[in-house]
Amino acid sequence: MSCSMSSTQSKPTPLALIAELTHRCPLRCTYCSNPLQLQAAANELATAVWESVFRQAAEMGVMHAHFTGGEPLVRGDLEQLVSCAHEAGLYTNLITSGIGLTERRMDALEASGLDHFQLSFQDCEPEGAAAISGVPVHERKVALAKRMATGPFAFTINMVVHRQNLDRLEALIAFAESFSPTRIEIANVQYYGWAFENRARLMPTREQVERTIRVVAAAQERLRGRMTIDFVLPDYYARYPKACMGGWGQRLLLVDPMGDVLPCHAAKIIPEMRFENVSRTPLRGIWESSEAFERFRGEEWMSEPCSSCERRTGDHGGCRCQAFLLTGRAEATDPACSLSPDHGMVTDRLPEALVQVCVAEGGETKEVWKYRVNPS
Amino acid sequence: MASSGGHPKLARGCRLKATAEGDVLLMPESMLRMNGCGSEILKRCDGAHTVDEIVAELQVLYTGVELEKLNAEVESFLARLRDKMAIVEV
Repeated sequence: MSCSMSSTQSKPTPLALIAELTHRCPLRCTYCSNPLQLQAAANELATAVWESVFRQAAEMGVMHAHFTGGEPLVRGDLEQLVSCAHEAGLYTNLITSGIGLTERRMDALEASGLDHFQLSFQDCEPEGAAAISGVPVHERKVALAKRMATGPFAFTINMVVHRQNLDRLEALIAFAESFSPTRIEIANVQYYGWAFENRARLMPTREQVERTIRVVAAAQERLRGRMTIDFVLPDYYARYPKACMGGWGQRLLLVDPMGDVLPCHAAKIIPEMRFENVSRTPLRGIWESSEAFERFRGEEWMSEPCSSCERRTGDHGGCRCQAFLLTGRAEATDPACSLSPDHGMVTDRLPEALVQVCVAEGGETKEVWKYRVNPS
Repeated sequence: MASSGGHPKLARGCRLKATAEGDVLLMPESMLRMNGCGSEILKRCDGAHTVDEIVAELQVLYTGVELEKLNAEVESFLARLRDKMAIVEV
């Protein structure tokens, strides 16, 4: 007899649904993961269509529903959607800036069966936070996080890190810790969408990253048994690429505000991709056989060095969107991989070059940042 | 770490879900598939059972397994879940 547990296998049953309810958001973060082409409120799916999406997802075997945006609280029907997902058996996670969360809505979310909250901070002090988010909302978020600590939910404090704030990582961790969350996430910016536009000012230096690894490891040890700290490394500095999304079309699907179904947040940047829409096609059919999900599923699309690499079953060749952004070829090996012929693009030379670009563009003053916009 | 006298309970934000392929422990950003035994232990992590009581009930289910071995299995299983912050002691 053995009382074992095992991580889930990467078989093509989707495990998580990312419900990108809206692109509207009161914040204008310079590293927002939304696409540059934001969708207007008028194109957003109706409540009943989302409800059908959650029921279909649960039937397909999806376990987690991540409610995100934009700011999901902008949708007045958020509680109704969480309730529907919960009743369908999904684990519900709300990823939010907290702006728009009132006591009344917190009660409603509790009643709707919300399992977990993720509250993200732009910094540990107001000025740095406003420089990133473009709006002075830090103090309101602090008040909310304090309220969360006494509330009914398990929650994560997510600190997004980059060149501008990594030198005060200890303070960022202490700040997150002060709210007694169940979990802290130290997430390096991922360079897609708006973050890619601003990477000259966001990309950390190698020294910062090396220090980060040590600081996080020490904090994890210190907080063991009290809270977990998950750490996302910037993959420009990794030796091998991340297993992006657990493999294309392997574990995860994203429904965007207008109902298009994507294998990841950024997939729309890849040229000649056709996305099916939940308003017209059942979710299962889209997952199993749509062109977008089939395009990079499995290994047939791979070329060397991936196709004969023993790591291919683990990292699936890395990230298709990053391969496209950096090489112009979505089917290339992710340049984050040290085995990629394009790896030179992301080794030391690039971060250094980006610092030069940053200086040439006028440094780090507010004027040179590209802030995301709020679609109407 | 907690002794055998504690009352383990699933932490906030963690829950056990029954699926066609067995029970799954759902956590904020991850999940763990449970085999039959893991599932039997977790079902008893309700804040009411002590670890000794969980072991005693498992003995009935898994006859033929030595008490010492069963104790060790349960303790190591719970230790791993504590490490993942999936259970707390009440």
